[in-house]
Amino acid sequence: MKLNTNSNIYTFVYMTVVVVIVAVLLAVVSSVLQERKDKNVLLDKQKQILGALKVDSIQGDPAEVYLALVNDTIRLENGKEVYVANLNGATKYILPLAGKGLWGGIGGYLALNEDKNTIWGVNFNHEGETPGLGAKIVEKEFRSQFENHHIRNAEGEVVSVAVLKKGKLAEGKEQVDAVSGATITSEGVSTMLAEEMKNYAQFLNDVPAQKENVEPIEEKEAEDVESKD
Amino acid sequence: MLSQKTKDTLLGPLNANNPVVVQILGICSALAVTVQLKPALVMGIAVTIIVAMANVIVSLIRNTIPMRVRIIVQLVVVAALVTLVSEVLKAFAYDVAMQLSVYLGLIITNCILMGRLEAFAMTNKPWDSFLDGLGNGLGYAIILVIVAFVRELFGAGQLLGFQVFPQSWYDAGYENNGMMLMPAMALILVGCVIWAHRAYNDKEAK
Repeated sequence: MKLNTNSNIYTFVYMTVVVVIVAVLLAVVSSVLQERKDKNVLLDKQKQILGALKVDSIQGDPAEVYLALVNDTIRLENGKEVYVANLNGATKYILPLAGKGLWGGIGGYLALNEDKNTIWGVNFNHEGETPGLGAKIVEKEFRSQFENHHIRNAEGEVVSVAVLKKGKLAEGKEQVDAVSGATITSEGVSTMLAEEMKNYAQFLNDVPAQKENVEPIEEKEAEDVESKD
Repeated sequence: MLSQKTKDTLLGPLNANNPVVVQILGICSALAVTVQLKPALVMGIAVTIIVAMANVIVSLIRNTIPMRVRIIVQLVVVAALVTLVSEVLKAFAYDVAMQLSVYLGLIITNCILMGRLEAFAMTNKPWDSFLDGLGNGLGYAIILVIVAFVRELFGAGQLLGFQVFPQSWYDAGYENNGMMLMPAMALILVGCVIWAHRAYNDKEAK
């Protein structure tokens, strides 16, 4: 007997079987590769933090370099984390950032000097900003503008740094030039910085915060690398 | 080695029946991922693998597919393959996966895939369908590589991330062409490729 491939029951059963097979297949592959994907995400984050610390040109395994430099994590009451790095004897604080661009999320890492005011370096990332326009926020040309700017005003209040079109003047805070042709992405960076500075106000304005040491094994590695120098 | 028909199936899409420059399919992604050579290469390979595999799978089950929902079945097959490739890239080539970002997922909507499934795989045997998918994928990849080659070379002075134009050129006043990085320039370049392709083939025909 030949199956009637156009009957309703056949169509219904056929689709169910196809979808179940595909769903099982994808679920298996996804869980098998999960570990590797997580590792990649972590490595990417470490590379970005190194970028904010301006040690991206360094030779060697990024994960090892990261563990040697970043040796402390401060957890704030609102769940935010601040990474503490020791770069050639100077303390740097790294604040993770997250915000919205034109097409999707943008994020980054802001590295501050020990005075919690002067910007040492910054790194940005984005999910899908326009290539050649908004995507330029990840480029050195845009990022390096932030260096040596201050996130506090003359009175010492935390006000962040504005990203503005050339010619426009920010009131009461320092500013850098926006990416030309990418107004909304640039505004997104500006808003992200301003909002996140509020989230980190607790950390930026008072010194004592509960410190949390990372795994002792990483501490040891950090010392090893330092002693080799 | 190959019969004339299989030869046409495999090699036709590379030139005379190219999916991009003759059928004008898959233009959107051709503009999006050709700023640099590396993502273009990966995109070309990814599409080739996915078209070939989707063609084989759909061809294998072509007699069982209910006609009324055949497009949905084709879509499920393509979507599953695209998700697989994207998972594998995320696990083994994370930076490339990030660079291709949404375009990897958008392979699902690439007209070349649905076009080949509907026009070829639904009515042909698996082996022929495989060759057809391979040919069309490579035909797409060739155009991507040509466009990306020109755009990266003149837009950034680099190829695959390596500096090609020496610093002395820049010191002498040479500047990278920023226009090359814009999607508009990619469209103009695709147009140029179509022009060259037509001019050459017309000459051959005479």
